[in-house]
Amino acid sequence: MYAWIFRTLPGPLWLRIIFSVILVLAAVAMLMLYVFPWVSQFNPLTDSTIGSPDS
Amino acid sequence: MSRSTLDAAPSRQVTGTGRKRRRRTPFQVVAQVLGELLITAGVVLLLFVGWELWWTNIESNVKQEQALGEFFSDAPPVLASPAPAEVPASPGSDGAAPAAEDFGEPAVLAQGDLAGTFGVVYIPRFGENYSRPVTSGVGSDVLDNLGLGHYPDTGAPGQVGNFALAGHRQTHGQVLDQIHTLVPGDRIYVQTREGYYTYVFRNTEIVLPDRGDVIAPVPTQPSAEPVDRILTLTSCNPRFGAQERIIAYSVLESWRPADAGPPAEIADRVARAAGQG
Repeated sequence: MYAWIFRTLPGPLWLRIIFSVILVLAAVAMLMLYVFPWVSQFNPLTDSTIGSPDS
Repeated sequence: MSRSTLDAAPSRQVTGTGRKRRRRTPFQVVAQVLGELLITAGVVLLLFVGWELWWTNIESNVKQEQALGEFFSDAPPVLASPAPAEVPASPGSDGAAPAAEDFGEPAVLAQGDLAGTFGVVYIPRFGENYSRPVTSGVGSDVLDNLGLGHYPDTGAPGQVGNFALAGHRQTHGQVLDQIHTLVPGDRIYVQTREGYYTYVFRNTEIVLPDRGDVIAPVPTQPSAEPVDRILTLTSCNPRFGAQERIIAYSVLESWRPADAGPPAEIADRVARAAGQG
């Protein structure tokens, strides 16, 4: 799959390496900015309130 | 299944992307894609752990600094406390020694003023620079971003009853990570725009998460009439877990109005915190 993506990218080798790095960084940024904060609210291990006033 | 032997074909006409490859069976293709997806899932999970345990702290600390800045821009300017001639320079001595000046009944913020970031907590036991904003509410919007949250409908700082705060033990600034290191007699200072409230740590207890009565005006006795001025901190227990809650109780020792300046023990911390804003 990743080999296929790498072959599909246009340009010479150095350009494809740069593209791959950008794609990886973009994926990590999406995860950290949107996916992880959303997942985090379902993480029961960070619940530090008592009783049920937690909204 | 080494590819290098296949690629080592003597035909030099293969160039760039058009490298000759052996045809793979559908099973091999599916197995490879599945394997790459599983590896990706593992990497993403590790990333999540790193994000939760490390990055959320960085983000939260930045937001807390901003909240402190806003608090100090609204609060009356921090006055240098008048040189306390009678206070010996030994913060380690026991509480009886430096009899604090008596400013009478503490002035207390009205319930309506307990909104937004309304205070700062200083806990010398937690480190030289420990100054954390106190914000109204204990939803994840507050605790995940701004550190300490004030349970709605519990008392104000200095009030007879229970001033109850929640904070993360890990992640999102981990403002109460060190809660288990408090020693009876440790001071916990709370600053609002009314003044400075000095609490003395009394004890911790570890309870199950459903024990909402620990933030009652008289902790664990919801029907009792409050007499003491209590500060209650709640956080998760054990560290990196949430099966239980750790509760730290403190009792008000003294207070100083804002125009009397901060207590001598935290004067430099207050100045530092105010300078950040």
